[in-house]
Amino acid sequence: MGAALLESNTRGLAPPNAAGGELSGFPSPRPAAAALQIRAELEARFEAPLDFRKRPAAGLLTPGIEALDRLPAGGFPRGSLSEICGPDSSGRTALSISLLGEATRAGEFCAWIDAAGAFDPASAAEAGTVLERLLWVDCRGNAEHALKSLDLLLQAGGFGLLVLDLADTPEREARRIPLASWFRLRHAAERTGAALVVLEKTINARSCSAIQLEMRQKSPVWVGKLLRGLESKAESRKHYQVRTAEFWAER
Amino acid sequence: MFASLHAPGNLGILIECARGFSPHIEELPPDAVVFDIRGLGSLFGPPESLAQEIARRVGVPANIAIAPNPDAAVHAARGFRGVTIVQPGREAATLAPLAVNLLTGSPEVAELLHLWGVRTFGDFAKLPPLGVAARLGDEGVELQRLACGLGYRGLREIVDPLEFEAELELEYPVELLEPLAFILARLLNDVCGRLAGRALATNEIRLRLDLEQGPAHETVLRLPVPMLDQRAFLRMLQLDLNGRPPAGPVVKVHVAANPVKPRRTQHGLFTPTSPEPEKLELTVARVRHLVGQNNVGTPEIRDTHRPDAFDMRAFAPSSSASGKPVAVLERPADAVPRLSLRRFRPPRPIQVLMVNQRPTRVITGAVSGTGVAGRILMAKGPWRTSGDWWRGSELSAMSWNRDEWDVAMESGGLYRFHLDVDSGRWFAEGTYD
Repeated sequence: MGAALLESNTRGLAPPNAAGGELSGFPSPRPAAAALQIRAELEARFEAPLDFRKRPAAGLLTPGIEALDRLPAGGFPRGSLSEICGPDSSGRTALSISLLGEATRAGEFCAWIDAAGAFDPASAAEAGTVLERLLWVDCRGNAEHALKSLDLLLQAGGFGLLVLDLADTPEREARRIPLASWFRLRHAAERTGAALVVLEKTINARSCSAIQLEMRQKSPVWVGKLLRGLESKAESRKHYQVRTAEFWAER
Repeated sequence: MFASLHAPGNLGILIECARGFSPHIEELPPDAVVFDIRGLGSLFGPPESLAQEIARRVGVPANIAIAPNPDAAVHAARGFRGVTIVQPGREAATLAPLAVNLLTGSPEVAELLHLWGVRTFGDFAKLPPLGVAARLGDEGVELQRLACGLGYRGLREIVDPLEFEAELELEYPVELLEPLAFILARLLNDVCGRLAGRALATNEIRLRLDLEQGPAHETVLRLPVPMLDQRAFLRMLQLDLNGRPPAGPVVKVHVAANPVKPRRTQHGLFTPTSPEPEKLELTVARVRHLVGQNNVGTPEIRDTHRPDAFDMRAFAPSSSASGKPVAVLERPADAVPRLSLRRFRPPRPIQVLMVNQRPTRVITGAVSGTGVAGRILMAKGPWRTSGDWWRGSELSAMSWNRDEWDVAMESGGLYRFHLDVDSGRWFAEGTYD
């Protein structure tokens, strides 16, 4: 039956007869049912012939924070663009550096493209980052250079994780990044299989990002003469999925 | 088997031709070369075909001889016109008609042979060896072996000096970088060709531009892994020259490469991917050109308590450079996320109002660019640190002495402030995030 349907379909897309009934001698299924059947036949034979793009299941990079594993994605997917946003002191950098530490320990080569030059190697090393596997690009406050550098490094390939740090870039400037640039970066990440994470104040890449995490400061914890740590809340905002997780970042 | 080429006045051409067939070449000034052709049968077929190919490539009229040993080949090339093939076992018969003066013996031996009426190799070969040995000694015996076409010596090969350099003196000074790129491409092509000919690569390219006036402009490209990509070298040199152009018109260009063994890597199916070093080096050079020479690399923390002390090293993915798989490190069981400091570089000067020896308000100063100056809700400190004060007066600028405070601002931001005890000035060092 399937072969017959395929054959009739490839013979010039002949419409059913005017009566909407049957071709000579064969009962004709309804158009919707026939389309479904053809689709099922084709999908059985060929991989996703009718989908515009069927993405393979990507691996995940996890930050090693148990609470965040409960969020819908359970990590940051490779070959995708993810966004972590929030105000100052909301735990964005702690989460990103934790992700960086996990990735470098797993043998990945990573790049931190730092628009403001705020990256602190000592904090990264304390979080377990293998600094020998990290390429740090300090753009000295130039977000445009950061985007260009990210594009060059993404195109070069071979990196497991790339973090674009726009956390100190003014919102107005970050919003000026055209959507086409985000699409281009997402496409490059898909092609090279790298996990691309953008750190910023507000969501900018919109539909280009697979993961959108909004961070909020819950409360700092003070002990003696020191700031002991920070309790943060991460909220996953992507389409209809909104879930929250809380974690503790120790100083 | 050995092949010999003989063409008076064209020794250079003969050597170049021989290089196209074999790396084992002996130069016989002033007019001949001999080279090893063993194993070329599978490429060119029988000796006759090989001789035709040599004749086609040599480009000048030359005598060509192929023989089982180098001396027989040289004598045949010097004595016979055109192509001569000396078959194994027929050396004496083939060389017999050659004039005996082709043998390079001493004048005394040559004179004696002439007096004896020996005119050809054949005549010499017919003399009894014991009689020759008694009258002409070791030299006579050796010459008679050569006349018989017997030889056992190896080649005294040409040894090229291992210099991978090229230079070009320009007729007119070059001011623009674009025409200079063409010259660089030509010189790099020459150097890389020589490296490739010896199956070598390079880990350092040195460029020296002699200027019309003033000192020479020098650039050194240090590569993390051995490479031999002429186009990448050219692009990297162009990026370097764009960022740091020569101070005047260029009159001479000199390029040198440090020869090293090429990189060998064995990839694994289950090891994480790493950037290709050749591609990465060019990419990093482009990024460096964009953001500045010292702003790209791998941070290396210095062995000191000085705040924010690190060096920026060149990024060299170790697995790609060494060919060893990347070690996967275990996550410590007690690992927790760490609060990170986002640094202000340089620390931003602020004015702080103190009440009861505690900071209570930032009076002026936009701490994060959005104006968070205001009331301090919580301040913990001081955490007093100092260092390098023991290094003496000449390095007093290097010492530090400060009180650190962790503060929570009314806006919700958590900051690290410090008071420079020596100058009494306050700075915002960074924000905790």
